[in-house]
Amino acid sequence: MRLSAFAACAALAAFSACEKKSTATPPPAEAQKPTATGAAPTGDDVILLGEVGSLTGSEAAFGISTRNGIELALEEANAAGGVKGRKLAVRVYDDQSKPEEAANAATRLISQDKVVAILGEVASSNSLAMAPRAQAAQVPMVSPSSTNPKVTEVGDYIFRVCFIDPFQGAVMARYARETLKFDEVAILTDKKSAYSEGLTEVFQKRFKEAGGKIVAVEAYGKGDTDFRAQLTNLKKVKPQGVYVPGYYQDVAIIAEQAKELGLKVTLMGGDGWDSAKLFELGGDAVDGAYVSNHYSADDPSPAVQDFIKRYTAKYGAAPDSLAALGYDSARVVIEAIKRAPDLSGPALREAIAQTADFPGVTGNITLDANRNPVKPAVVLRVEGGRFKYVATVAP
Amino acid sequence: MYEFIQHVINGLAAGTIYALVALGYTMVYGVLKLINFAHGDVMMVGVYIGYAVAFLLGREYLGTVSGALLVFAISMAACAAFGFFVERFAYRPLRDKPRLTALITAIGISFALSYGFQLDFSVGDVTLLPGAASRRFPSIIPPREWLVLGDADVIIWNWQVLSFAIAVGLMGALQYLVFRTRFGKAMRAVSHDHRVAGLLGIPVDTIIAGTFMLGSALAAGAGILYAIKDKSIQPLMGVMVGLKAFVAAVIGGIGNLPGAVVGALLLGLCEEFIVGYTASSWRDAVAFGFLIAVLLFRPEGLFGRAQAEKV
Repeated sequence: MRLSAFAACAALAAFSACEKKSTATPPPAEAQKPTATGAAPTGDDVILLGEVGSLTGSEAAFGISTRNGIELALEEANAAGGVKGRKLAVRVYDDQSKPEEAANAATRLISQDKVVAILGEVASSNSLAMAPRAQAAQVPMVSPSSTNPKVTEVGDYIFRVCFIDPFQGAVMARYARETLKFDEVAILTDKKSAYSEGLTEVFQKRFKEAGGKIVAVEAYGKGDTDFRAQLTNLKKVKPQGVYVPGYYQDVAIIAEQAKELGLKVTLMGGDGWDSAKLFELGGDAVDGAYVSNHYSADDPSPAVQDFIKRYTAKYGAAPDSLAALGYDSARVVIEAIKRAPDLSGPALREAIAQTADFPGVTGNITLDANRNPVKPAVVLRVEGGRFKYVATVAP
Repeated sequence: MYEFIQHVINGLAAGTIYALVALGYTMVYGVLKLINFAHGDVMMVGVYIGYAVAFLLGREYLGTVSGALLVFAISMAACAAFGFFVERFAYRPLRDKPRLTALITAIGISFALSYGFQLDFSVGDVTLLPGAASRRFPSIIPPREWLVLGDADVIIWNWQVLSFAIAVGLMGALQYLVFRTRFGKAMRAVSHDHRVAGLLGIPVDTIIAGTFMLGSALAAGAGILYAIKDKSIQPLMGVMVGLKAFVAAVIGGIGNLPGAVVGALLLGLCEEFIVGYTASSWRDAVAFGFLIAVLLFRPEGLFGRAQAEKV
C-alpha cells in the first residue's frame, strides 16, 4: 500500500509535468483546425469557447476532470451536427491553480481568441479573479463548480451550474432532522474558513427551525492536527451527530481522533470531504459519515448512468463530480447558443439566463435571478473507503 | 470529571512531545547561545525518514516490536547525521560571526526545509521530496485499548502509554548522558565557557557537533511520537511545534534541561485546558502570551539560571 502511494505520487508528478508541456501549445485536436486559431466569433464555421482551468498546480486533479467533462460535451454536440450548422471548439488555458494566471487567461481568451463564452474556474478564488474581466468585456462566463456565493455577484454575465454553499448546509440540516431523525446535534467548525463558517451558520439556523437542538459548537483552525480538546467536550454533551463542514485533510484527522476518544456519533459534512485522500488519511474512522455533494456515480437515474458509460468509454475512468459539473456547464452554454438569436455577448447572456429545467447530469438546472442554479444535492454515505449514494434532496 | 481526566491525558501527550523538542532547543542554546529555529523542521525531516523506513520495511514489519524499534532507531540516527551536517556546514563557519548571523541562518534553514519538502521530486520510482500533500503515517504501534475508565468515558490506548514511556526514557537517558558521562561533563564545560574549555583541551567542535546530533535525534524521536499521535504528516508540521517548544524552553529557563521539560508539560496542559474550557482561537494567543508574561516578570524563566546547572 505504501508502495502504491509512492508510485502514485511519482506518477502524478510525471503526469503534471506532461500536462505542463501539452498546454504550452494548443491541444493537437485544435491545431488541426486552422479556423479555430484567432477566429472571429462570427463568420466562420467554428464557434469557439474558452476554458480556464487548473491543469497543473495544487488543484490539477480538479482542472483535469473538468476539462474532460467539457471535452466530452463538445464532442457529443459536434457528433450531433454542431450548433447552427457550425462545429464547436474549445480553447483551454492552464492557470496553474493561481488567481492571477486565471485572470490573465481570461483576458487572453476575450481579447485574443475572441471566444463567445468562458467556462471556468473550479476554485472560487480563481473564478473571482476572472469574473471582472468577463463582466467588463460582456462575455458570458459559466463556472462549473465555484460554490462561493460571491462569484456570481460580480455581475450579470457570470453564471454557475453548481449549488452555492449555503444550500448544502440547509440540505444536511434537513437530512439530519427528517431522515436521520436527530434531535441533538453538535457542530465542529473551521474558524479560519469562510466555506466552513457559512455552512455552519445555515446548518445551525435550519436545524433549529426544523425543531432540532444544537447542543454545542466547537471550533478549530485549518491546519490544526490535535482536535482532542474539542472532541472531549463534544463527548461530554453526548450529541447524536456532529456536523463537520471542513476540508478532507482536517476531517480525516477529526474522525480518527473522535474514534480514539470513544466518541461514537454519526459525522456529517459537505463537498469539502470529496477526495480520495479522505480515505487514505482517515482510514475506517470516516465510515458511516454522511456528506452532501453535487453528484454521485451511484445515482441510479438513467441520465447519470448513461453519462458515466460515455465518459468511462472515452477516458477509462469513472467521472467525479467535477467532471459531471464541467460536462453540465458546457451543455448549458451549448443549449443557450442554440436558443440565442446571434452570438453576441448580450444575446448569449440573455439565453443562458433563461436556462430553465435543463436536464443536467448533476440534476435539473434552473438559473435564478442571481444566476445560480436551483437544483438538488445528493447525500452520500461513507462505506468501506468510498462514497455511497443514499438520497437526492431537492431544494 | 471524566472529561477533566481526558483533558489531562491529552495535555500530557502534547506536552511530552513539546518537551523532547524543547530539550534540543535548550541544549543547543546552552552550548552555543544559538536559538536553532530550524529545530522544528529537523523534527519534520525525522518524521519523513521514519515514514520512508516504515515504507521500506513493508507491511509484515508494521506493528511488530522490531519494526517500531527500527523506525525509531534509523530515523533518530539519520536525523543525528543530518543535524551534524547542518551544524558543520551552516553554523560552524559562522561561529565567530555576530550572533545575529547564525540566527538568520537558522531561520533560512527552517524555510529551506519546510518549503523544500513541499516540492515533488522523484527520480524514477523513488520519491526524494514528498510534496505538499498530507500523508498518513503508518501505524507502527497497532492501537489497542490499554485502560478504559467508566462506560468508555476515558480510553487510554497502548500507544499513548508507550509514547509516554519512550519520552520519559529518552529524557532519562539524556539526563544520564549530560550529568554522568565524560561527554556530558565536557558539554557542560563548553556551555560554561567554550574558549576556556578549549584551552583546557576539550575538543569544542566535537562537543558542539555532538550536542547538535543529540538534539536532532531527540527531535526525530519526538517527531515519530507526534506522527503516531496525530497520524497526518506534512512538511509544515514542524513550524508550529518548533515555536511552541521554543516557548516551552524559554518558560522553563532556556539552557536548563529540567526547566524545558516542566515548561513543555505546563504549556501542553495549559493549551489543552484553554481549548477545552474556553475557545480554540485562544490557544496560540495564550501560549505566546504566556511567553511574554514570563519574559516580562521572570526573564530567566521559571527555573532561573542560578538554581540548576546549565547545559
